[in-house]
Amino acid sequence: MEGLVLGFMYALIALGYTMVYGVLEFINFAHSEIFIIGAFVGVEVLLLLQASGDLAAWQPVLLVLFVLAGGMLLSGLSALGLERIAYRPLRGAPRLVPLISAIGASFFLQDFIRLVESLWRNTFYLTYPTIGFLEKPIPLATNLDVPVKSFLVIATALAMLLGLYFLVNRTRMGTAIRAVAQDPETAALMGINVNRMIGLTFFVGGAMGGAAGVLFGLHYSLINPYSGFIPGLKAFTAAVLGGIGNLPGAVLGGLVLGLMEAMAASYLSIFTGGTFGAEYKDVFAFAVLILILIFRPRGLMGEAVREGA
Amino acid sequence: MILRRMRSVVTVRRALAGFSRRGDLFGLALFVFSLAWGGPPGAADAWAQKGVIKVATQTPLSGEQAAIGEHIKLGAQLAVDEARGRFQKLGFTLDFVPYDDQAKPEVGVANARNIVADPDILLVVGHFNSGVALPSSEVYRESLLAMISPANTATQITDRGYPNVNRVCGRDDVQGPVGARFAAEDLKLKTVYIIHDKTLYGQGVADNFRDEAKKLGLKVLGYEGTEERANFSPLIIPLRARNPDLVYFGGIYNQGGLLLKQLRERGVKATFMGPDGLDSSEMVSIAGPAVIGSYYTTVAGPIDAYPRSAEFAKKFKQHFGKQVESFGMYAYDAAGLGLTAIEQAIRELGGKRPTRAQVSAAIRKVKNYQGITGTITLDGKGDPVKTKYFVLKFEKSAYPGKVVRVIEQEAPAAHKK
Amino acid sequence: MKTAWTLAVLAYVILTSLLARRFPQSVLALLAFEASLLVVYLAPLARRTRMLLAALVCVFLLPWLGVANPYFLEIAIQVGIFAALALGLNIVVGLAGLLNLGFVAFYAIGAYLWAIFGSPQANAFLAGGYFPLGPGWFFPFLVLAIAVGGCTGLMLGLPVLRVRGDYLAIVTLGFAEVVRALLNNLDKPINFTNGPRGITPIERPALFFAPALELLGVRVDAGVLYPLYFYFIVLLLVCAIVVVTRRLEESAVGRAWKAIREDEIAAACMGVPVVRMKLLAFAVGAAFASAIGTVFAAKQVFINPESFTFMESIGVLAMVIVGGMGSVAGALFGATALTILNLQLLKGLSLWLNSVRQSGRVISLPFLGDYDLSQIPAQFEPAKYERMVFGLILILMMIFRPEGLLTPRKKRADGRAAAGN
Repeated sequence: MEGLVLGFMYALIALGYTMVYGVLEFINFAHSEIFIIGAFVGVEVLLLLQASGDLAAWQPVLLVLFVLAGGMLLSGLSALGLERIAYRPLRGAPRLVPLISAIGASFFLQDFIRLVESLWRNTFYLTYPTIGFLEKPIPLATNLDVPVKSFLVIATALAMLLGLYFLVNRTRMGTAIRAVAQDPETAALMGINVNRMIGLTFFVGGAMGGAAGVLFGLHYSLINPYSGFIPGLKAFTAAVLGGIGNLPGAVLGGLVLGLMEAMAASYLSIFTGGTFGAEYKDVFAFAVLILILIFRPRGLMGEAVREGA
Repeated sequence: MILRRMRSVVTVRRALAGFSRRGDLFGLALFVFSLAWGGPPGAADAWAQKGVIKVATQTPLSGEQAAIGEHIKLGAQLAVDEARGRFQKLGFTLDFVPYDDQAKPEVGVANARNIVADPDILLVVGHFNSGVALPSSEVYRESLLAMISPANTATQITDRGYPNVNRVCGRDDVQGPVGARFAAEDLKLKTVYIIHDKTLYGQGVADNFRDEAKKLGLKVLGYEGTEERANFSPLIIPLRARNPDLVYFGGIYNQGGLLLKQLRERGVKATFMGPDGLDSSEMVSIAGPAVIGSYYTTVAGPIDAYPRSAEFAKKFKQHFGKQVESFGMYAYDAAGLGLTAIEQAIRELGGKRPTRAQVSAAIRKVKNYQGITGTITLDGKGDPVKTKYFVLKFEKSAYPGKVVRVIEQEAPAAHKK
Repeated sequence: MKTAWTLAVLAYVILTSLLARRFPQSVLALLAFEASLLVVYLAPLARRTRMLLAALVCVFLLPWLGVANPYFLEIAIQVGIFAALALGLNIVVGLAGLLNLGFVAFYAIGAYLWAIFGSPQANAFLAGGYFPLGPGWFFPFLVLAIAVGGCTGLMLGLPVLRVRGDYLAIVTLGFAEVVRALLNNLDKPINFTNGPRGITPIERPALFFAPALELLGVRVDAGVLYPLYFYFIVLLLVCAIVVVTRRLEESAVGRAWKAIREDEIAAACMGVPVVRMKLLAFAVGAAFASAIGTVFAAKQVFINPESFTFMESIGVLAMVIVGGMGSVAGALFGATALTILNLQLLKGLSLWLNSVRQSGRVISLPFLGDYDLSQIPAQFEPAKYERMVFGLILILMMIFRPEGLLTPRKKRADGRAAAGN
């Protein structure tokens, strides 16, 4: 169950990486900060509501939807802005150049969030207020209670994924995005506004990250501007694991990674008689990743990658 | 090219000459040039007859541990601000220079070289990470520049026996056992599950807790390290299965609070206990009501136990608009102790500026310094001689907890390993 | 014309060094001096003159300044360490075109190799109490580190080179994380690395020339001697690495690497032994990193896994790209620029801002009226935002110089092709 929650979280973040990669073929390192922006927006909204005393008055489901929407919007917009400022001038530059720019953006955003929050709240470790409804345990089996918030993560993630799938595969916009991903020049010749489509990709990817950020905050409660980094790295790994540039692959990769990590953390010490404990979960996860990639060098679902990537 | 260079030298010289003049428009130009010459504008101010004495801090000011690093910085800054007037009377200008060590050893060492190269710096308050403090203090030692640590509890720090390295906080091999004794003797618990954060600090305390606990007959059901920051449930599942009486967490509140919250969410009823890393108002805001009934050990006297602490907390809040945390208190004491020693050294030398070695020696000579965290006298290794440990319990969902026991513990004599 | 330039550069070098010696606290004077190497590189000089001038700066002037202020040496040593890493990574990424995000793993291996045996740590798992090995063992271990690093590079390379492009990047990243996690966790069941508590004290290399110094009657304080010594060790290593890289670059191996970088399939068709060459690139890069790792361990006296995180890998990669991929000068320059920026320039800036704030001066801003500087809220503490500025500078550098700050003059076309991969 933990694995599933973690997995869907990774999957949502991984989508951001993979979408950008599919279109521009570069790793958007600052995506982990886009993700954490979502988490911060979420906490701010909730804290403001709490301060005005309206928090209890809201219907919990509506509240969650509202917070999610806020986080997605702002994360999406910041991803859009990021693309304009830091990446668009580098279109056509060597492949690794936007990567460095992204790293710079990642540093900048981390401390920028910190600056804003410390001016505003005089601290940058923020805790989500507890929403009683989300903590309510739902008994699944004897000895296994799962709080509502875990279901919330999974349900939201599933809804988002379906929505995205629909957007990309069933709408004109999605077709345009796919066209740009396949061949930007031809797409431009076909009358598609490439810049707008790339912007849209960033927006959608960022919004997914923002949603993941809000869910992350709701589920684990404590956030700081730097806490996006590790989940970001893992999600990126998940994106590659599934075959980068491939949307269902990212989801699969996220789930595999999440489950693997949770399993390793819980059972490694049991299997090895306590010699290797939960601290080896990352070793285990990465070792499996390396093995998978050695035997499936294009990721689990990745045949969609073009030669010369 | 050369010509241009020469001309700029002339301009700068002129600027330097005009340094003591006061003129606001000129001031701006001066800032630009003083960057060039690295000298602080404060240095040139008229009332500094005997020069400048600087106190440096080295803590992480950026990155994930910045929150704590900042508290250390603020604590020391407050002490320096308060001592300014006293030093002015002695004829010295007191300055404060915060460095960001980024929690990285190599950055700490580079800063340390920079600090050592500035002859005005006579005292360093730092670090937060023992991993940074160890290599950096090697650099300080070369010029016997005094370092007083507000946070490094690792035994190695002072066990090297350097004459310039001191601390005002406890040692892992004191604090861990104090916790163990309280758990075994006062709470009469039988079994314990230990979790630590895989840092020098957390693991150090946890190791010492474990060793003492074993001696006292507590059964150690598990011992795990984790770097996890968000999701502790994989750790909690095996823990719950073993059903311990006590969960001891060696680490800092940002993990500890969350761990505690998740433990309670998953129905673990065991008593929760930790070291002074949990001594923070954040612990309460993170863990929420789950914090009730948990214990922590600390040397920092809680506000309700010490009238001085309350006064200090108020001052801190006024200055910086923040609630003071234990690291801020230690840093205030570290800087205060160091500054007292510098003052004494100045007096002994008849008003002359002491050397670094003299300051280091003077720090060890200070007896019974009345600090916020207790009365401090340093022993020959730079550890506080006798530390009063408070065991506190969160009885309400509010910081700080209530003192339930005071244990006095002497620092162990030279530790042979 | 050439002579005029030579004299001008010489004058610049000497003048700036005098300035830096005269004002040891000044950030700008030091910076101007550090820029002299760049001036030497960019000025139109004969090859021989350039080498001589560079040698003058590195061998005489810098140590001369360093004796006055060991901080210069510390900066120079760290620049050297990162330069060596950047050169190693430059071979893998810049020349052979294999994106490696886990380069720091090899650095860690070298560092821990000496740390474990050059400290009492090895006693924890080897009986006999032979450890620490004496300081004389440092140099054999430096050689050993090259071998071990190279072998690990090969071992990682063998299975991994099936994987290409960004998949390779993620596998190397995973490898580095595994190495770091192992270092962090191998304190039980058997204590190899002492886990997060790190290893200390690590022996420093032997001062085999100490008798000679004594004979000459030179007495040098240990606080200056060791930094000076490390500086020369690092300088020698970097020089050796530069020479090796240059040689390789201009040999058949280097051409093969570039061919692979440009088009792997075409290269294979032309008879380039692709797998062998890729492995060689991995091994050479790893050997460099591992060698400099031992020096790092000895210099720090204490190491723990926190020095070998993913961020370090990224930092080194940034150096290679900022400087200009695929060129030795680029890697050197990138390492120098970013290290100085991070360790010195931004620090100097924030210290200066801090002192301005403390001075409590009131400045008059046009239209805004007087502003008391000491009233700036504590949240704007400049030391806290060094990383933010660093990030901003990275972005700006990339936007304005996407090919890297320093693309070699005559090889510019080649560099562009390299980067355009």
